[in-house]
Amino acid sequence: MLSVYYAYMVEYRAELLFWVLSGTFPLILMGLWAEAAQSGQFSLDPRELVQYFLAVFLVRQFTVVWVIWEFEREVVEGKLSPYLLQPIDPVWRHFFSHVAERFARLPFALVLIGVFLLLYPQAAWFPKPANLLLAAVAIGMAFALRFLMQYTFALMAFWTERATALEQFWFLLYTFLSGMVAPLALFPETVRAIVLWTPFPYLIYFPASLLVNRPDHVAQGFLAMALWGGLFFAVNRWLWRQGLRQYSGMGA
Amino acid sequence: MMGPRYLRVLGLFWGTALAAELEYRANFVIAALTSLGGLAGSLFGLFLFYRTGYQFQGWSWEQALLVLGLFTLLQGFSATVLIPNLNKIVTQVQQGTLDFVLLKPISSQFWLSTRTVSPWGLPDVIFGLVVIGYGGHRLNLDWSNYLLALPSLIFGAISLYSLWFMLGATSIWFVKIYNVTEVLRGLLEAGRFPVVAYPVGYRIFFTFVIPVAFLTTVPAEAMLGQARLVWLLSSGLLAGILLLASHHFWRFALRFYTSASS
Repeated sequence: MLSVYYAYMVEYRAELLFWVLSGTFPLILMGLWAEAAQSGQFSLDPRELVQYFLAVFLVRQFTVVWVIWEFEREVVEGKLSPYLLQPIDPVWRHFFSHVAERFARLPFALVLIGVFLLLYPQAAWFPKPANLLLAAVAIGMAFALRFLMQYTFALMAFWTERATALEQFWFLLYTFLSGMVAPLALFPETVRAIVLWTPFPYLIYFPASLLVNRPDHVAQGFLAMALWGGLFFAVNRWLWRQGLRQYSGMGA
Repeated sequence: MMGPRYLRVLGLFWGTALAAELEYRANFVIAALTSLGGLAGSLFGLFLFYRTGYQFQGWSWEQALLVLGLFTLLQGFSATVLIPNLNKIVTQVQQGTLDFVLLKPISSQFWLSTRTVSPWGLPDVIFGLVVIGYGGHRLNLDWSNYLLALPSLIFGAISLYSLWFMLGATSIWFVKIYNVTEVLRGLLEAGRFPVVAYPVGYRIFFTFVIPVAFLTTVPAEAMLGQARLVWLLSSGLLAGILLLASHHFWRFALRFYTSASS
């Protein structure tokens, strides 16, 4: 299944390139922060900030999720029905197409990181093997959690026509609280304390800080991801059962 | 070119589009909440830079707010007029309905750029104006300041439109290009901040490659009465060139469209 989707994704190479480029938000902020840290009083120096945002960019590339748009279309257009007859849960199709796309886009992302390392050669770094391993696990979990959250919102499509509106609101919180606009170290103390209780920082900040060798409360991070994952999984399965009843109630 | 006939057509297009969209009133509430959330997030992002006493070179907090307000305003403009229409170009090329548009007795670029309008961008327009008003009030700006900013803001909007339209036109070659618009949208995010906040390399890129500087920074400078004449002139020149380019690019793209279908 994975290789089929990989082949499918590689066919759309031009499109993939654009998707990679559309994730440039962290790179824009990288420029701002690198400039700011040269003269301002911040707890991180420009080199650390460049590393951090390159890591954010990479994490983001691995954790991009769009299942809600596909799922919503399937529900609204009634295309979900034939998939329900297949012996596997329809979610796996989406899941594997996401996973395959990761590998197809990776070369583009690495090239872009290379370009920025040419711009900031002094920032080049290697994650320590142990951190790299932890980061890989964290990125995997972050992707799974993000997928699970978005798929949970996607299930709302059984009841409302624009489930994506929910996701868009959630995405805002994700953008500003996940550490994509700035490392959590630069947040005001109280905001940081509150944000750590939400799932967002574990999706970007946590894996990214592992990648740049600045691990921050590792055990707590993994635990938080597992807890939020468990919560969303429970809600997700419940919505799925209710939703199917609603869906067949609509006569499909 | 914009004769009364085009204005009448425009009224017809937008009237029907609004009537259709307003059937989903709950969505409007969600759109308003989302844009309020977005604004809060942007303010928070800006605050992170200013809270330790750092400031973008030559831009006080209130002045930076003007840039953010202009950005929000343009974001609303894109969501209202640009994005809905340009997403439509893509579907029309995909489904082959572009043929019908080309047969109509009005400019196809006009038809494709103005066919629909979406009210979802209005909250952004309003919040953008509020932020500009707040910043302007704190800086004691008066009406002449806002008027000064108007030409460059309009030029900025024209440039923005032309860029979007040219990207949309590439859908003639690459059928699936929702993502192309995402790239531009991503790069435009840079307009949240005055261009001097970036390192030199970025500044050059955002002035000469993707002219983000002309969208928000130049109008804000004009509003503050700090803009140099050369920047204002280049902003007008840029808008003119891009508009003309979009027109020619569309005609060029269409040559490929007909040869592909017939």
